Amino acid sequence: MATEMSRQRVAPEEVPVLAPGQTLRSVTEKISDVVLDFKSPLFWFAGFGVGFLLLQLFLLGVSVLLFKGTGVWGINNPVGWGFAIINFVWWIGIGHAGTLISAILFLFRQQWRMSINRAAEAMTLFAVICALQFPLFHTGRPWLAAYWLLPYPNTMGIWPNFRSPLIWDVFAVSTYGTISAVFWFTGLIPDLATMRDRARNRAARLVYGFLSMGWRGSAAHWRRYETAYMLLAGLSTPLVLSVHTVVSFDFAVSLIPGWHATLFPPYFVAGAIYSGFAMVLTLLIPIRAAYGLKGMITERHLDAMAKVMLATGLIVFYGYLMEAFVAWYSGSYYERFVIWNRMTGPYWWALWALVFCNGVMPQTLWLKKVRTNPVPLFAVSIVVNVGMWLERYVIVVTSLHRDYLPGSWGMYAGTRWDWAIYLGTIGLFLTLFYLFMRVLPMISIFEMRELVHRRSPGKHVEMME
Amino acid sequence: MDVRTPSTGIYGVMAEFDGPEALLEASRRAYAAGYRKLDAFTPIPIHGLAEAIGQVDRKVQLAVLAMGIVGMGAGFGLAYYTSAVEVPLLPAMFSGYANNVGGRPLNSWPSFIIPTFETTILFAGITALVSMLVFNGLPMPYHPVFNVARFREHASTDGFFLCVEAADPRFDAGETRRFLRGLGAIEVNDVAH
Repeated sequence: MATEMSRQRVAPEEVPVLAPGQTLRSVTEKISDVVLDFKSPLFWFAGFGVGFLLLQLFLLGVSVLLFKGTGVWGINNPVGWGFAIINFVWWIGIGHAGTLISAILFLFRQQWRMSINRAAEAMTLFAVICALQFPLFHTGRPWLAAYWLLPYPNTMGIWPNFRSPLIWDVFAVSTYGTISAVFWFTGLIPDLATMRDRARNRAARLVYGFLSMGWRGSAAHWRRYETAYMLLAGLSTPLVLSVHTVVSFDFAVSLIPGWHATLFPPYFVAGAIYSGFAMVLTLLIPIRAAYGLKGMITERHLDAMAKVMLATGLIVFYGYLMEAFVAWYSGSYYERFVIWNRMTGPYWWALWALVFCNGVMPQTLWLKKVRTNPVPLFAVSIVVNVGMWLERYVIVVTSLHRDYLPGSWGMYAGTRWDWAIYLGTIGLFLTLFYLFMRVLPMISIFEMRELVHRRSPGKHVEMME
Repeated sequence: MDVRTPSTGIYGVMAEFDGPEALLEASRRAYAAGYRKLDAFTPIPIHGLAEAIGQVDRKVQLAVLAMGIVGMGAGFGLAYYTSAVEVPLLPAMFSGYANNVGGRPLNSWPSFIIPTFETTILFAGITALVSMLVFNGLPMPYHPVFNVARFREHASTDGFFLCVEAADPRFDAGETRRFLRGLGAIEVNDVAH
């Protein structure tokens, strides 16, 4: 933001973060017209259509679940945690890239974040919404979830157990969701004012005007705005690192071999950022092509995001290796058994598919050709999304399915309703994201204007009426 | 306390400049000339502009700090009260529930750190947005500056404006207009109420 202007740093970059020749007006028009012109490309209808269809699957799955109970799911004894926790962890992880881009890269003054932070923050918000469906519905009776999850005075005189990671999770995820929404809305205020001033439709002007709260770009307002934004970034940074740490405590604080590991918090956080960047790429690569935004979401962005993916992917893979090493080194029979069972037991295919998706495939990102070429990068991002889902599947299922006594061994597989609800949340996610693209500027307009100003300071008023 | 000159039926006079540097320079000179009730409007945050017109405070920082501390107390207090304190005089629903869980101390403070951390962030983060809006006087459904056509057209896209309010003790419609033009404004408009 403006404070950065004082330190004009020239980054070593071959491809700029903004195509040359842009003006304050041209970037404003380019981004706001995507929303204000009532012509959506066919791509939008296709994406929204797929999402909306899958959303119906979600509604169907949830209806069946509520009608019949969690018996329609594949969970059993000994595998009492199935798709619900796998999907919850997967979605929460995906959200992390949004906060990383909007908060941490902001504090590090990375200019390339500016054209992707809005969409990434929206992705965070919607991923958290999808994640929350699972703790809500795994109760089987979501109307009672408030009583199970939240501390409120009740006639039974009991409270949640604050020594339990499960209640920590409630606090961590609800705070994360709230602060993500606050951060996102804060970033939107000046853009909502731009939309208000540019909208030709009366109803649109009214709605944007209402949401922009009468923002008029006063110098004193900007000053407090930047302070608030900076503080939110500072607060979100430890928050985002804490969320997946707390999620990993759900596993690590337990005594189950395969879960009980101090390694979990850092490698969960790295995995979250890894999967989050994969999802940002999955979403943005088609969008930048369909909406002609290649001048704003340039190859430089793809390259930078791919590098983050490569780095966090290596951390994650190191985590897998250490997990196996520590199990062997611990000398604990059960720890060794779990790892050996993962590699050679009935779920061997999941583990080796995971190694391929998260260990082998991302190595292609060492090549600049892959990092800057949308097609292979898109393929890698899809593979990583699958790999991160498999990671949680392996952690949850293989640690549980062979209990201490062979008499209590079992097998687990998701049923069609497990899959319906899982694919359904992807529909919920896509529906929300495509609606967001339709009604709000998907790139932060005022930050792009700042970027234009920083690239070519001076006069910005080109034409006089 | 209305110090506005009765002869002026306007909110103020607004000058438009062709870029942030010109606006910044004009703001400094207007402030140096003794104008105090003035405001600059830009489509992007301009470093030093609020300082140039003497409108800097640390209210947001202080509010966030204060509410962060309140949130910290609230989070730890909630965990401590519900886990370690029983008040027999209160109805059961308002009393804590001092229950032995796995032989851990009632005040298991290391476990309480996580909810405490989360409520600290939650309170401070919400305060960052709310205090920014409140101290900025937002939401504000109507403001006179929007009566200027060029402001409506350009303020949130590529216009750089400086507005001297009629409420300023040194304000004089004719004199202020001339002064602003002398600062290199490309256009000067009256702002109707």
